[in-house]
Amino acid sequence: MSTPKLPAMALALGLGSGAALAAGPNLGIPLEPADIAAWDISIQPDGTGLPIGGGTPAQGARIFAQKCALCHGENGKGGVFAALVGGAPLSGGIDTPKTIANFWGYPTTVFDFIRRAMPWQQPRSLTDNEVYALTAFILAQNKLIGEDDSMNAETLPKVRMPNRDGFIIRFPDKI
Amino acid sequence: MEPKDRAKEELERLEAVAGNGLLGRRAFLRGGAAFTAAVTGYTLARSAGAAPLTDDPWSLVPGAISPPYEQRSRFEGKVVRTLSNPKGETRTSHARTPHQLINGTFTPNGLHFTIVHSGTPDIDPDKHRLVIHGLVKRPLAFTLDALARYPMVSRMTFVECGGNSAPMFSKEPIQASVQALHGLASCAEWTGVPLSTLLEETGIDPKAKWLVAEGADSLALSRSVPLTKALDDAMIALYQNGERLMPGNGYPMRLLLPGWEGNMNVKFLRRLKLVEAPAMSYYETRTYSQLLPGGKAYRFYFLQEVKSFITHPSPGLALKGPGYYEISGIAYSGNGRISKVMVSADGGQSWAQAALQAPVLSKAFTRFRMPWRWDGGPAVLQSRAWDEAGNVQPTRAQFVAQRGETHKVPNVLAFPNQHYNSLTSWAIDGKGEVKHVYA
Repeated sequence: MSTPKLPAMALALGLGSGAALAAGPNLGIPLEPADIAAWDISIQPDGTGLPIGGGTPAQGARIFAQKCALCHGENGKGGVFAALVGGAPLSGGIDTPKTIANFWGYPTTVFDFIRRAMPWQQPRSLTDNEVYALTAFILAQNKLIGEDDSMNAETLPKVRMPNRDGFIIRFPDKI
Repeated sequence: MEPKDRAKEELERLEAVAGNGLLGRRAFLRGGAAFTAAVTGYTLARSAGAAPLTDDPWSLVPGAISPPYEQRSRFEGKVVRTLSNPKGETRTSHARTPHQLINGTFTPNGLHFTIVHSGTPDIDPDKHRLVIHGLVKRPLAFTLDALARYPMVSRMTFVECGGNSAPMFSKEPIQASVQALHGLASCAEWTGVPLSTLLEETGIDPKAKWLVAEGADSLALSRSVPLTKALDDAMIALYQNGERLMPGNGYPMRLLLPGWEGNMNVKFLRRLKLVEAPAMSYYETRTYSQLLPGGKAYRFYFLQEVKSFITHPSPGLALKGPGYYEISGIAYSGNGRISKVMVSADGGQSWAQAALQAPVLSKAFTRFRMPWRWDGGPAVLQSRAWDEAGNVQPTRAQFVAQRGETHKVPNVLAFPNQHYNSLTSWAIDGKGEVKHVYA
């Protein structure tokens, strides 16, 4: 059997999806969803991918004091690194510091960045409940949710960020 | 009139192509000794300081043996990147390319710019995996060994940080080298596997419109990329200028998106998830969404638009007396090839077309050159580039009118805004010193 006939052969044998018909080397290792779960931390603004669990601002406050305040200051008011609370009006100039309250378009980005990147020295060491609680604490400190509002996969995507509609797609033809 | 002065006047009349000493490309080649004498003011007679030639010590003994991996001459030690965070504090580290100390179009691997947000991970290539999943028919993991067996492509392309040239947003010109102002752009030959090849093997669910790329660094840096770009010219790059990627450029593999914002060219690439809509990650919805005057912000800028700057001369490279110099610099566009570069020596009052070093490649650095006779008086050097798609670098006035500038003069290492692609102007004073000005 000559090599060029291989794709046709595969077709004739009905070998699975179109992907299996590729003439390339086919050296990828097939994965099951369970294989990927530990790496798959992607979430979407509509809440797709958010894990089960939840947390409140009060719970988050305790975790924040232990694990976050060292860099971000007491209650997120800024320290060695960026303040997580407050923000100046964006009309104040093109170099206005961009903050969660004045700039970020989606609450899911807060959850996502904490979960993937924080704390800086021990990323991905927080439980999902802790990430929800910290997200709730930061949103509450910014008065974007109430002091008693629990954040979870249902409630978090519904939080409306003040600057959600403040963006212009630069090159719509590229997306 | 002395014969020398007459020759000089004649040459100026014949060869000048724009004001303040810009010369036709052939002037230097054709003019020979008489031309050189006229434009430099020097004769070719032996000067008082010349001495008979003798052998130097290194010519009289056998030289060093060749090492397995050759290092530069010990006299080149000052040609290095500048570091924004040399002690590795817990913040982003930038290493900037010294454009004023190198030449040509490609950046040596050790001088290619890098930005790492949480340090460079020490990745064992044998344990690294690239996973492609989400809206695909078959989720797959690829080892480096597996990818090395795929059909590869090579292409020259620049990578530029969206924040390159950020000091140019300052309301007053910051005195800094071209390295400090524009050093977050470099150009290399990248070799790897077209992403489209791998997506053919995973299959693509028709609902997929984006992919989210993620690195194996401690931040798990992630960016959303339109699937159209992924299927166009995206590459899983394994080699940089012929050798495996440098650690700071994503060893053992990175996503290469020719012409697009550097941060999207995700380094240490370990995961691509096909999705219906963008993830709105930290870097795409905060850092690289830039504020406009009035308070709205651009999102999904992606393209690194047409740009150029003069590298020789530039601040730190003082002119050593009147006479002939070559003005040269770099032009590039995320929209394709550079079609034209114009140079001015009089602050934009008159312009002449620079020669472009062939081959002129799409989405790659293009070196431009322009002969110049400096008369010893004040000059303001500028370059302005056009790309094959018809885009042109905006003048500073045009750019600032649309994009604004800062109220205060920022730190040269700060990023007051993103995606500057207007002109850069170098003023030469009577001593030959070069300063950054707005003109």
